[in-house]
Amino acid sequence: MNTTIRELLSKLGNLPVAVDQLADDADLYTAGLSSFASVQLMLGLEDAFDIEFPDNLLNRKSFASIAAIEATVEQIIAGRKVA
Amino acid sequence: MNIAAQIGQASFGERAARVAAIARAHADQVDKEGRFPREAVDAMVVERLLGIQVPPSHGGEGATFSDIAELCSIIGQACASSAMIFAMHHIKLSSLVEHGPESPWHSTFMRRVAGEQLLLGSATTEGGIGGNLRNSICAIEVADGICRLEKDATVISYASYSDAILITSRSHKDAAPSDQVMTVFLKDQYTLERTHVWDTLGMRGTCSDGFLFKGEAPAEQIFPSPFAEIAAQSMLAASHLLWSGVWYGIAADAVAKAQAFVRAAARKSPGQTPPGALRLAEISNQLQMVRSNIIAGLKTYEDAKRDHEKLSSMGFAVAMNNIKICSSETILTIINGAMLICGIMGYKNGTPFSIGRHLRDAHSAQLMISNDRIYGNTSSMLLVHKQDTSLLG
Ligand SMILES: Cc1cc2nc3c(=O)[nH]c(=O)nc-3n(C[C@H](O)[C@H](O)[C@H](O)COP(=O)(O)OP(=O)(O)OC[C@H]3O[C@@H](n4cnc5c(N)ncnc54)[C@H](O)[C@@H]3O)c2cc1C
Repeated sequence: MNTTIRELLSKLGNLPVAVDQLADDADLYTAGLSSFASVQLMLGLEDAFDIEFPDNLLNRKSFASIAAIEATVEQIIAGRKVA
Repeated sequence: MNIAAQIGQASFGERAARVAAIARAHADQVDKEGRFPREAVDAMVVERLLGIQVPPSHGGEGATFSDIAELCSIIGQACASSAMIFAMHHIKLSSLVEHGPESPWHSTFMRRVAGEQLLLGSATTEGGIGGNLRNSICAIEVADGICRLEKDATVISYASYSDAILITSRSHKDAAPSDQVMTVFLKDQYTLERTHVWDTLGMRGTCSDGFLFKGEAPAEQIFPSPFAEIAAQSMLAASHLLWSGVWYGIAADAVAKAQAFVRAAARKSPGQTPPGALRLAEISNQLQMVRSNIIAGLKTYEDAKRDHEKLSSMGFAVAMNNIKICSSETILTIINGAMLICGIMGYKNGTPFSIGRHLRDAHSAQLMISNDRIYGNTSSMLLVHKQDTSLLG
């Protein structure tokens, strides 16, 4: 999952820095993730993992770092299995 | 009774009504000369309205956002420029109230604003960036505990009359354009070199000249929270709601004039419905829509304030964007309707029914952060945000 997220981030994130130089917990907004790019990233993630982000997870915190994105996606996938 | 006691007993509304009376008396001259509404702003200070938003623990009166929006509307019915200055001051103050408690310097400054009735200005707009407030070109430099900033600030309202300016920049010289901070610079900590003159269609009294801003201050005056959070959690909502309060006030005054015109016509020819009556009903309907929309927005904001997660959610951002679009577009339709009702008496300056100033002032609303930009921002969020289809939310 981490690799997929990193691939999507480098394709859609439009960051001024190379994604492989970012630590998992690096702040993506500080790295230059714009609100437009974050939406593109969300769409990419929804498609790649076949998920939909519920509204309560559509906030800055959920996408603040690679680790946060991973946790958010895992939370949605886990929720789907229970349901 | 001394003035302080008089103020202490009066409601916010009564105090704002006294400011509005003074603002109204000078509004035409302020507009014509494009001068700062000194009398109205002095009255705000006398009525101690510049600090009401500060919590009582810091020397203020703990006014809610709804209270302040109401005052924006009361003053806006008299003089839109004075009301916009009042609104912009309180938008900046909301950043201090929400994010100031995190830092000793900002806490102390908030207390000073309430105690000394300091007027706060704002410099987000930058040459080459326009209204894209979540991006900066300029960067603040920090060395030995001192921060320095130079910004090509193309629009700073009442900059020459402010006691402090809250200004955005990149957080350091290598930071990404969206990695921003906001800093408070006090009047004696900056110089302003005028680069653009504010000779505009409307909102002439806001004196929103462009300046080359050069500031130097202790680094502790930089807000500890990133500007991204300040924007999402206080500034965007505050702007859209308080601006809307002002805009509603302009439209409400135009409707009041149109109604007075129709009533005068009705009294002249009893038994006949005056020609403007139907149109009056129409603009009254539109005014109610704007008002309901703002009230709903204020409620959404007051509710979300208790829940930081909600404040930074897309649903909240979409709702606030929609409020700004609705009020800024609809007031033009309303005021135009009022002009059609009053006819030449509305078009001419200096009649009891003059609406020209209202119409000119109202035209700024769509540009004050361009509606196209806001639509663009909403449209991108709607790619992932699912709308709440319930009626009550
Ligand atoms: C009365 C008044 C007082 C103000 N006071 C202040 C102040 O005190 N401090 C301050 O910092 N600023 C202030 N401003 C500036 C304001 O906040 C906006 O930044 C400014 O009006 C936008 O300027 P602009 O139209 O040149 O720029 P832009 O935002 O660049 O817009 C220019 C045009 O380009 C188009 N456009 C640009 N980008 C997009 C996009 N992404 N999507 C769609 N269309 C786009 C729009 O059609 C727009 O009309 C004030 C403005 C007014 C009217």
